[in-house]
Order: sequence, then structure tokens, then C-alpha cells
Amino acid sequence: MLQDILVTGLVNGGVYALLAIGFSLIFGVARIVNIAHTAFYMLAAYCFYTLLTRFNVGFALAGVLSVLGVTLLSLVCYRLVIEPVREHESAVLISTIALGLIFQELMLAAYGGNFLGVPSTIEGVMRVGGVSIPYQRLLILAVAAVMLIATWFFLYRTRVGLAIRATANDLEVANLMGMNVHRMAMVTVAFSVGLAAIAGVVATPVTAVHPFMWLDPLVTMLAIVVLGGLGSLKGSIIGALIIAYVEAITVFTLPEGAHLKGAVALGIMVAVLLARPEGLFGVAFEEER
Amino acid sequence: MYLLRRAWAEMRNEILVLPSRTLVLVWVVGLLLLPLAYDDAYVLRILTMTCIFAIFAASWDLLAGYTGQVNFGHALFFGAGAYGSALASLKLGVSPWLTIWLGAAVAALFGYLSGYLCLRLRGSYLSLATLAFPLIGLGLLFAFPDFSGGELGVSGLQRLIVGPTANYYLACVSMLVVVFGLWLIADSRFGIVLHAIRDDEVAARASGINTPRYKLAVFALSAAAAGFSGALLAHYLRVAGPSTLEVALSFQVVIWGIFGGVATIYGPVVAVFILYPLTEWLGSFRHFGELRLLIFAVIVLLVLLFMPRGLTPWVRDRVEAQCPRCKQRNSVWRKICRLCGAPLQAQVARAERLVGHQ
Repeated sequence: MLQDILVTGLVNGGVYALLAIGFSLIFGVARIVNIAHTAFYMLAAYCFYTLLTRFNVGFALAGVLSVLGVTLLSLVCYRLVIEPVREHESAVLISTIALGLIFQELMLAAYGGNFLGVPSTIEGVMRVGGVSIPYQRLLILAVAAVMLIATWFFLYRTRVGLAIRATANDLEVANLMGMNVHRMAMVTVAFSVGLAAIAGVVATPVTAVHPFMWLDPLVTMLAIVVLGGLGSLKGSIIGALIIAYVEAITVFTLPEGAHLKGAVALGIMVAVLLARPEGLFGVAFEEER
Repeated sequence: MYLLRRAWAEMRNEILVLPSRTLVLVWVVGLLLLPLAYDDAYVLRILTMTCIFAIFAASWDLLAGYTGQVNFGHALFFGAGAYGSALASLKLGVSPWLTIWLGAAVAALFGYLSGYLCLRLRGSYLSLATLAFPLIGLGLLFAFPDFSGGELGVSGLQRLIVGPTANYYLACVSMLVVVFGLWLIADSRFGIVLHAIRDDEVAARASGINTPRYKLAVFALSAAAAGFSGALLAHYLRVAGPSTLEVALSFQVVIWGIFGGVATIYGPVVAVFILYPLTEWLGSFRHFGELRLLIFAVIVLLVLLFMPRGLTPWVRDRVEAQCPRCKQRNSVWRKICRLCGAPLQAQVARAERLVGHQ
């Protein structure tokens, strides 16, 4: 059971971290609370499913196409829906909620409410110390690790990453220094949604595809981001691991654990917030200028 | 006779001079007279639900619009009211006329608790943290099905009154009373303090306002109103189910509030009266039935693209203008101000309007 907890926590933590980092980046750079973030994750899963089972393209091609397609779609949505109301924070907020609902309903209309299964990308299991780990879970873990390192490289070792961090730090000054903050916002949206889409593609084989699959990760992702501190990369990763392990422990040790896992994870978040309102690694609040 | 003449004068001078007030009057009278003219059970049922949800939306606005505590988990209070009232009336056998107050009290307690947890949080942190509260409640409900009925909820409740028309009047009158009460509160000194807390909490504290106490008070108050509407709905539908705590309901109330225009109280009510019957009406078509949520979301999106501050502020700016001298509102077609006689030039008025909304 201990091994199960360790593996499940690590794999789920990887997926959650991919989602949480993207959400946190969009919030930091563009000040958008993107409720539709996990809806893009769902769209990528559907896209992957369709390409794989209806058009019979290979795993790799299907994955790449769905990530690219969803990223492109996010840019279109940003230009058409978010950009015109950027100045009104509340309007942006419900625009993203409405976008999420629209995607959910479109998928419901197109595919119905059934749970759809996607075959594993790699079959087979690996045995480590008496516990069998499916290769699919190892793949998720590997992809998550590679993407996290790539994100770190992108943010801390490239000029665009520098600009993104500068914009997140202080939008006005970044603008005065000649950075195109609108373009930075678009780059961030594309990059973050790309991360969510990758998470959707690799995680689909172990979770079923259905139109409401975006709600559970949405809440978990928000809890992680708040727990780790909004806008903090390290906080998102550590928060994701904490929440994933708490969920895994609850599911494997408590009776009725499957019902309680969300409640326990969210309870942990509330407890952390009571002690540190800015999250584990967030910067303490300063008054907005 | 004197009283009648007095009432007429009041009405002409205070209500009919402004288009928005006239609209409110027409709406109230229309709501009260509707069952006399047209008492189709289906229409009355939809309007009863609309009235109940209008209370819920208005209570959200007091918390989120006025005080700036944008709550993403308002369904917690709705569910607390519904379950509190339902369990009390079923397990203790108390009359529902008493238990709806108990439901509101339970909700107020929950409001106080979540307000206490949120005291140190601000802005987006607060929104995202509050989203968690109803889900924790939902997890607990599912984990203890003996007590809460699990997926099915608590069913077999008594209605408050029998008959569609009586139920309609009950919901409608409670809606008018609660919404008017909330509006009075929001317009009082208390409401001004709430405005101050939203605009600049540090400045409010520096002016000697005990902001935590006000925040807790408004959390409890708003939760009590929401719990009251939840209890009304539970006894109207005769079931309190887990759907009263879902994320969808929390999001729904945010959409209503922002669509109607925040910090107005009447805005969310208007939004509910437009959007709820609209979705029900769309649902009654066979082909649209599956797509009604989609159409709902698209309508919200399109309306926001053109009226980013919400529906009612947009409409209000079209029919009314602010007097440049005394800042009183006038209907837009007047040449001079109704109170101070200053000329209302279109350009001056428009500039003032922009300043007035900063």
C-alpha cells in the first residue's frame, strides 16, 4: 500500500503541477483568473481521443496535433473574448467561466456524456520492489518532469522568459522598459495552455474522457495554486505534490476515502491559508499601486 | 383623500421622474398582479424559482459587489440553509415556517465561519479559497450518507403552502422584502462602510473602521439571506439535494451577479429574471434542450463584450444622466436638471458620467 501511495502521489502530482504552473503563470503575467484552464485540458483529451480512435493516426502525431490545436484555439479565444474586456476584471472572470461552460456543452453535444476510454500509449508494467507500475504512469511522470524542466529553462534561461517574469513582477515598469506586454500575455497564454494540453494528452489513458472531467482538476488546481502561492513556480510544484500525496493517502487509508479526498485536500489548503495567507511560497501582500 | 393625493404627489415627484424607478415600479406591480391575469402552473413554477434565485443573487452582490469579497463558494450558504432547514423539519418534526429561519441561522453561522477563515485573504486568493468551502461540505455529505441522504439528498419535505399561486406569492413577497431590505442596508451608513472596505481597506482602517468586524457582519448577513433562499427552495421542491452545493451553482451566481452589474443589488435580480426564465424557455424546445447551457454561456459572453460593466449600469446610462452641478440623476431627455435647474448639456453630462463611475 505504501508503494501505491508513493507512485500514485508522484504521478498525480506531476499532472497537477503542469496544470497549476500554467494557471499560475497566466495569473501572474496577465492577471487573468483563467477558470477555463482545465477546460483546455479536457479539449486536448477529446482531441487526442478523436485523432487516435477515429482517424487512426499514431500516438505521437495525435499528441502533437492536439497540443498544437488546443494552443491555437486558446489564442483565438484570448483575442476574441478576453482581450476586448481586459480592463474589466469581473468581466474577464465570467468570460472564462462562460468559455469553460461552452467547451463542456460543445463536447457534450458532440460526443454525449459517456465515459470514453483511450488505449494506453505503452502497454506493460514494470515491477519495482514488489509493486507493479504500468509504463503509462511512468510515461506521465517522465513527460511531467521533462516539461517542468523545460518550463524552468524557458522562464529562467531565455529572453522571452525574462520578459515574462518582468511582466509578472511589474506590468507598468515592464511596459515602460519597452516590452510588449500584450504580446507577453499572449505568449504566456499559449505556453500555459500548451502545458495544460500536454497534461491532458498524457493523462487521458489513465482517466476516462468525459465532458465534466475539467471540474475536478479545476478545483484541485486552484487549491494547489493558492496553497503554493499565486505566481510561484516552486510553490506550484510543491503544492501539487502535497495535494497529490494527501489525496493518495486519503484514498488508500480511509474508508469512504474516494468521497473524502477532495474535502481533505481542500481542508489542508484552508489550514495552510490560516497560517500563511499568501501561501507557502507566495510573496506577502503589498498594496496595489 | 388627502393621503391619496399625497401618495400621488410622492409618486409623480419621486418615482415617475426617473425612468429606472418607473421601471422598478412597473416590475413590482407586474409581479404582484401576474397570477391574476395569467395563472399557468408552469409559468408560476418558473417564476417562483426565479424569485428564490433572485434572493440568492442579491445576497451574493452584497458580499462580492459592495464589500469586494468576491465569493466563489456562495453555494455553501445556499446548501447550508437548504440542508439545515430540511434536516430540522424532517428529523425534529418542526413546522417548516420555523425551520426556514433555522436554515438561515445555520447559513449565517457558516457565513461567519468562512468569513473568519477569509479575514486575512484578499482578492483572487479569497475567491479561490472560498471555492473550496462548499466542496468540503459536499465531500462530507457524500461520506456520511446516513445523515445526509448522500446522492439523493433529504427528501419528503413539507411545503410551506399548498398550491402554485400561493407558493408564487410566498416566494415573490419574500423576494421583494429581502431584496428591498438588502438594498436599504447597502444604501445605509453600513453600506457606505462596505464601499470603503472594497475600495481601500487600509484607508478604511486608518479612518477608524473596524474592518474585520464589518467583514464578518456582512459575511453572516449575506449568508443568512442566501440560506433563507436555500431553505425556501428546499421546501418548495420538497428536497434538499447535493446540487445545492455544487460548483455549478457557485459559478451560476457569479455569472448572474456580474451579468446584471455588481454593487447595485437590483442588477443581479434583473439578471436572474432575464437569464433563468430564458434558460428554462430554451430548455422547453426539444432541439435546444441539450444546448441550453451552451446558448446561455454564449449570450452571457456576447452581452459582456458590449456591456463589460454589466447590463443594468449600461441601461441606466442610456436612459439617465447625471446633473453636472448637483450630481442628481435625471432622465436623459430633460433639458435642465429637475432639482437645481442647471442645464444638462449632452457633452458635459457625458464627461461627468465618466468621472462619476471611476
